[in-house]
Amino acid sequence: ILTRLLNCSSDPPPASAMSPVEPALPEVPEHAPYLLIGGGTASFAAARSIRARDPGARVLIVTDEADLPYMRPPLSKELWFSDDPSVTETLRFKQWNGKERSIYFQPPSFYVSPRELQTVENGGVAVLMDRKVTHMDVRGSKVKLSDGTEISYDKCLIATGGVPRNLQVIERAGEEVKKRTTLFRKIEDFRALEKVSRELKSITIIGGGFLGSELACALGRRSADLGLEVVQMFPEKGNMGKVLPEYLSNWTTEKVKKEGVTVLTDAVVKNVSYKDGKVQIRMKDGRVVKTDHVVAAVGLEPNVELARSAGLEVDSDFGGYRVNAELQARANIWVAGDAACFYDIKLGRRRVEHHDHAVVSGRLAGENMTGADKPYWHQSMFWSDLGPDVGYEAIGIVDSNLPTVGVFTKATAKDTPRAVTELSGTGIRSESETEAVAGAVAGAVAGAAGAPAPPPQQKEDYGKGVIFYLRDKVVVGIVLWNVFNRMPIARKIIKDGEEHADLNEVAKLFNIHDD
Amino acid sequence: MSYCKQEGKDRIIFVTKEDHEAPSNAELVEDDPNDPYEDHGLILPSGEINWNCPCLGGMASGPCGQQFKEAFSCFHYSTEEVKGSECIEHFRGMQECMQKYPELYPQEDENESGPSGGDDTAPAEPSNTDAASVPDSSVDEVTVAGTENAATS
Repeated sequence: ILTRLLNCSSDPPPASAMSPVEPALPEVPEHAPYLLIGGGTASFAAARSIRARDPGARVLIVTDEADLPYMRPPLSKELWFSDDPSVTETLRFKQWNGKERSIYFQPPSFYVSPRELQTVENGGVAVLMDRKVTHMDVRGSKVKLSDGTEISYDKCLIATGGVPRNLQVIERAGEEVKKRTTLFRKIEDFRALEKVSRELKSITIIGGGFLGSELACALGRRSADLGLEVVQMFPEKGNMGKVLPEYLSNWTTEKVKKEGVTVLTDAVVKNVSYKDGKVQIRMKDGRVVKTDHVVAAVGLEPNVELARSAGLEVDSDFGGYRVNAELQARANIWVAGDAACFYDIKLGRRRVEHHDHAVVSGRLAGENMTGADKPYWHQSMFWSDLGPDVGYEAIGIVDSNLPTVGVFTKATAKDTPRAVTELSGTGIRSESETEAVAGAVAGAVAGAAGAPAPPPQQKEDYGKGVIFYLRDKVVVGIVLWNVFNRMPIARKIIKDGEEHADLNEVAKLFNIHDD
Repeated sequence: MSYCKQEGKDRIIFVTKEDHEAPSNAELVEDDPNDPYEDHGLILPSGEINWNCPCLGGMASGPCGQQFKEAFSCFHYSTEEVKGSECIEHFRGMQECMQKYPELYPQEDENESGPSGGDDTAPAEPSNTDAASVPDSSVDEVTVAGTENAATS
């Protein structure tokens, strides 16, 4: 019976179901041995890590969202490719291989209720939703919520992520423009944009990075069916212009155009207004776009609201809370995920806004909160798919300002993200890196002769390959272009930090002609 | 034959299969198996179980984590002729717990789709679904996964 009661998160259980133990406990526990501020990927990874290492641990996650912890990448990828009309409700999707899953890391039954956290046998993870931590008293080891409730802690993780940035010209443009603008980050943004895509005739995405390009491709693929015009504009010369070397950025831009997107490069927005029933975007060079709805995908502002009350250092170069190599900000306080500006022993101080980094850093923080004292060492990776036919994985510092060496060959029909997920049997490509067993995957890929997949649409020149990013002759970043399941060797090369005289020899280690 | 071009600071090399046939002469640094910073697979260098191994998925951290750890530890350290034969009670306790959370530990066989809520790790799913069946197979699943995971790190 108790387990049924535990399934009601923050709502009080109906009177008839209450057992004699219940009434004395407040909804919010007064003390949490492990307090995790923020309910996203890093926080969930830390909770899991803590529970694995400290038997019976009692972990409280406090989030200002109304949702249990979920993963973000599908919000701009897989959820848009679902055939299920109820996907905005279920947030479940079928992968290429037919396997279905939810974006939520765990269903509600995984968690205990906050009310039960201090007393439940064997401990657990509780999520307090719709609550914001507004003040942190480090001397007293406690936090205060927006409603005045206080929670004391022994160990605290700050994993507050960030808030999408907006363009100043939109901020100043008035209510009619702002209410037709989406800053995309959360489940509610996905739902709102999905509705917009069905009801309106034109959407313009401002921003040419990962999020902007992925949304552009997702919407572009639907554009024909929906009778929807999709425009993407950004100041760079091509999509992913800050990440990929120019020749590859140009290639990517052509791919995005083929997905049904009108791409405007070298576009700097000068002002935005609402006129004659349309949002009008005027660029510095005089071009004008008239559209029904705008998505601003121009970066993330890390959330450091607690810095002041907690007396925590904020990094002026990268933003975010400044932490050491072990992700610690101060005694008993760690930071992980998008909000953490950390010292990477190999690559130097940095801040990383990718899903796998949230998982890796969250796990590490959890380990260190349970006594491990390990530095950030396992290099996280990231990936991006431009639809089912083209994708890349990357690791390290992937900055297009760095000199690069790219080694390419021709791709075959097997070298696409769709083929890879079919073969590996993993639902999401993130799983095939972070969590899956490389051996099993390699075996599946090796036995994959004749996997059915549509021929990839791409120029001959950059079918597949490896691109090395160099800093002082050392490889600090690698992009695997339509080459999958090779991340361990990429990670190894970066970890070694050696100078290699001939990068073509290094490229051989990837066996890019295999598969 | 491979050929090269330079576009500003970016160098581009095109290679054929033949170009890459000869083994690489790039040197990699030998890994230290006892590096304390490295992630480990299922079994730590000390011989202990790494409960935080991604290969275990949520098994050690969920509501039945305690029972799972007890059962698996018993098996791991068992020196009986039939390994784990003295651990039946632990596995029974684990199974009983898991039956209370069908959403997290589905009792169907592997061919059906994964847990409805979604444990976020694909390879953990086979061990989840096997948990209710013969203890040996679920442990073997996890052990195999762990061994291979160790090989990649």
